[in-house]
This record gives sequence, structure tokens and C-alpha cells, in this order.
Amino acid sequence: MSRQTNLGQRPATLSPGAASRHSTRPHRVRRIATPYLLLAPALAMYAVFTVYPIYRQFDISFFNWHIFPGASNPFVGWSNYTAIFTDPVVRTASFNSFLFIVITVPIQMAIGLFAAAVLTDRLPGSMFWRAAVYVPVVTSWVVVSWVFSYIFASQGGIMNAVVGFFAGHTVNIDWTAQTWTANGVIWLLSIWKGVGWSFIIFLAALDGIPRELLESARTDGAPEARVWRHVVLPSIRGAVTFVTVLLVIGAAQVFTQIYEITKGGPYDSTQSLMTYMYEQAFSNFAFGYAAALASLLAVVLFGFSAAEIRILRRQDL
Amino acid sequence: MAIAIETDEAKAAAPLAGTGPGLFGIRKRNRSRMVIAVVLALLSLGPLLYMLSLSFQPNGGLLGATVLIPTHPTIQNYVQAWTENSFSHYFVNSLFVAIATVAITVVFASLAAFAFARYRFPLKELIFYIFLASLAVPNLLLLIPQFLLMDRLHLLNSLVGLVLLYVASNLPFTIFLLRGFFEAIPREYEESFRLEGAGTLRVLVSLIVPLSLPAVAVVSMFIFSASWDEFPIALTMINSASNYTLPVGLADFIGVHTIEWGPFFAASVIATVPVIVVFLISLRWFRSGVSLGAIR
Repeated sequence: MSRQTNLGQRPATLSPGAASRHSTRPHRVRRIATPYLLLAPALAMYAVFTVYPIYRQFDISFFNWHIFPGASNPFVGWSNYTAIFTDPVVRTASFNSFLFIVITVPIQMAIGLFAAAVLTDRLPGSMFWRAAVYVPVVTSWVVVSWVFSYIFASQGGIMNAVVGFFAGHTVNIDWTAQTWTANGVIWLLSIWKGVGWSFIIFLAALDGIPRELLESARTDGAPEARVWRHVVLPSIRGAVTFVTVLLVIGAAQVFTQIYEITKGGPYDSTQSLMTYMYEQAFSNFAFGYAAALASLLAVVLFGFSAAEIRILRRQDL
Repeated sequence: MAIAIETDEAKAAAPLAGTGPGLFGIRKRNRSRMVIAVVLALLSLGPLLYMLSLSFQPNGGLLGATVLIPTHPTIQNYVQAWTENSFSHYFVNSLFVAIATVAITVVFASLAAFAFARYRFPLKELIFYIFLASLAVPNLLLLIPQFLLMDRLHLLNSLVGLVLLYVASNLPFTIFLLRGFFEAIPREYEESFRLEGAGTLRVLVSLIVPLSLPAVAVVSMFIFSASWDEFPIALTMINSASNYTLPVGLADFIGVHTIEWGPFFAASVIATVPVIVVFLISLRWFRSGVSLGAIR
């Protein structure tokens, strides 16, 4: 049985059917062990690179941790955590992260759902339009951050040219150097790049609504708005929750676009929790403090995850 | 091919729609939809087409160029990015990382998903939910302990180390998606395979995975683009230019040569084309892959 050796199986393999007929000991052991053997590689990766780091993070957060060899790392108890609550930048960063979530998530979802409703199968070239809406999702954050920086460049950027055209005189708005215009650019970029993701999930969800249900509602003469309220939205509630949860978790770790466009400036005014955590760890080498910040954020988001698991479970895996 | 399927579906749906073909075969309701479709496509592709256009403009007059179509197109930026600025090197690194991540993740996740889909064993659901729970812990939050772990394993500044972290972060979602797909495959198919004496791995390789091709293809595309584009982890773990992936190389380039927009955008196009190609290839499986897996 060369094909079995090719697949890395032991040569004496018998089918489970044969095993149950004879039920000899090695076969029973094999059958019990099989699922664990199948799980082993994934579990091992998961344990080493995800579970252990979670433990390690909590561990470090109680120390004044340095990474320099030979440096002492004194135990400081909860003081890293108490410091978080008096750190003014944490307040700004929390506010910015919160604002980022409540602004970008609903807008992405609204546009994504709208696009999914419009770009139906019946639309000529629907495949092309759908692909076009999704393409920004696969692009690199570094690349598109700089494309947007360039569009919003202060000296002769195309956005200033557009604004100048309508204003009737040349303008030199330094978009990415002022807090609120910079936030605006970051939000706009994130919405632009994110829409395609909720779009495909909603597309699949709308596709899953039984056609008869929609047809009967429409032939009853119900206006489109009512069909949406009473048939469409209830049918895709699962998808709406799924998208909300995953977008919020994604938005809570907004990093690259801020790191590339403003580096958190001017004066920390555009920091998010992730960019601030990163700066504390890898620029200031305050590993313990940054770990405490990360742990706290993880706990908050995990509360959110409880909801997520309940939702996914209700979806009948 | 995918387009052909779509039109067939549209034809099949036409009698149900009730309205006859309007002007140019476009039904009346479709005309306003068409306008919206064009606007959405322009907004989505606009910034990328602008980048493409910039990459062909002569480097000197770049900043301040509001010319959307280059008057004197040149490929000089590409030549410079590829040869002088070692983007060819970063490209190869990114390709290695993305392909290795996809391959290892798909293999490990298929094995695990098969165990969840087909076997009963103690603690099964608990283990599954432990995997799922990590979807809620943003993996960026683990940057610090992962950095210390990589340091200890002597995997800092190593592409292999990067692959291991990417695999670990992509496993839960992939297992979740594939489990749903595997469970949808009728057990009877498997029985006949088993009766012929096929072992577990053979059933998986020759039956389950081929039947789940849409999900495997789509999830491979997700993983490919996620690891190709990944920035913060690579930025943290990789510290020598010879091991840069494209995003880190691009970010470093902009820091060092602030004015060289031409080669930067050329390199950006080089960094963007492969993910778009992979996405377009995966399109034909997209429909069934997403709808059956993510929100069945």
C-alpha cells in the first residue's frame, strides 16, 4: 500500500469498519487517538503562540519589565494598572479608539449592506462591480495609507486642488498634521478599505433569504421599505451581529493607518490604544506598562467576545 | 467562468422578476442600480487607479501632480524600485511568507476541522470554543509576549518565525470555516471510501478537501492577503532589511527617502498586484465559499 505510506500512515491501517468487526486492542486505541492526532498540530501551534503569550502578558504586566539582558525586572504589583487610569494619553487614546469604532463600524456596515442590496445577480456585470467593491480589502494598509496621505498632501495634493477649485483660491490645508482633519482622513481610509468585507458577508446573507419569501411579500404589494423591515432585516440578523462583532474587534486594534499617517501626532492627539501600546513597548521599552494596557484591553474585548461566542453558537455550528 | 455562472443565474431568475427587458436589455429598475454600481466601483478603485497612474509619472514632477493620466508615462520608477531599492528582495520574502502561511494553515486547519466535524471525543466542544474564543482577542494585543517568546526561541528577525505567528493567528477562523463545510458533506460518501480500505488521511485528502474546494480556495485567499499585507507583527519581529517583507520595506522606504514618490508608488503597485491576482483567481469559488462557510 504505497499510497498509504506516502500519506504518512502506518502500513497496517485497517478501516474503522474492519476495526469494529474485530475490535482488537490496537485498533481501538487508534480510533480513540485519531481525533487527538488530527488536532495535535493545530493545538500545539495554538498553545505555544497564542495561549502561552496570553499568560505571559498578564505575568509581565505585574513587573517593571525591561528587555535588556541583565537588567532587573522588579515586581510592582498592580501599579502598572493604576498608572493606566492616571495617564492622560490613555484617556485620549481610549477616546480616539472609541470614536473610531462608533464612526467607522456603522458607516462601513451601512454602505456594505447598501452595496449588497444594489449589486444583485440581475445587474449586468454584477461580478465586476462586486469584485471592484471588494478589491480595497485585499490591499496593504501601508500602501493605501500612503496613497491617502498623498491625496491629502498639504502642498499641491489633489484634495487641496479640489477644495481650492470650489473655494476659488488655492488652499494649503495640512490635513494629516491637524488632529481633526487627520482623524477624518484615517476614518475615511478605514471606511473605504473596510466596506468590501461587510459587503461580501451581507451579499451571502441576502443570498440565503428564500426567494419565495421575498416574492410573496412583494406580490402582496408591500412597499420596498416594509419588505426590508419585516422580511430582509430579520432574515439577516445573524450576519449583522457577526459583522458588528468582528468589525468592532478589528476597529479596536486600529494601528497601521495611524502609525503610518500621523504616528499618533500631533502631540499624541491621534493615538489609538494600539499605537500607544506599541509606542510604550517598542519606543519607550516600558514593556510591563504596555502589557498591562494590552491585558486590560483584552479583558474588555473578551467581555465582548462572550457575546460573540453566544451568537456563533446560536448559528448552529 | 464565474461571469458565465452569474448570467445563467440571472437568466433563470428573469421569469421570476416579472418585468420585461427595457432599453438595451437593461430592466428599468436596473438603470438606477447601474449608476450606483458605477459610482461604487469608481470610489473603490479610484485611489488605486490614482496610485497606478502616479507610478508611471516621471519622478521629478510628482508631488503636486493633479494630472490623472500621465502625459509622459515612464517605467523608470519600476526599474528603480525593483533593482536599486531591493523591492525584488522584499517581494520574494513576502511570497515565501504568504505561501508558507497558507500551506501550513490549510493543512493544520483541515486536520483539526476534520476531527471536529467527524469524531466524537471528550472535551470536543470545549476545545472548539477555546479556539473560537481567540477570534475575540485581537492578535495584535499579543505583540509584546510574542516578541519575548520569539526572542527566547531565537526566531526574532526570521521569516520562519513570522510564518509561525501568522499560522497561529489564522488557524481559529480557518478551522471554524472548514468545520462547517466538512460537516455539510454527507457521511455516505466517506463510508464507501472507508469500505475500500482508505485511511483517515486518504479520506481527507482525496474526498473531503476536494469537495470543500470553494471554502479551501476562499480561505486560502483570505490567509494569503492577510499574511502578504501584514504590517505590525512583521515591523516588530523583523529588524534587518534582508528579511523585510513588502509592507515593512515600503514603510522603511518612505521613512528614508521622503521625496521619492515615484519608486514608492511603483513598489506599491508591485505589492498590490499579487493579492489582486490571487483574489481574482479565487472569485469563481467566492460565492459558495463565503455563503456556506461564514454564515451558514
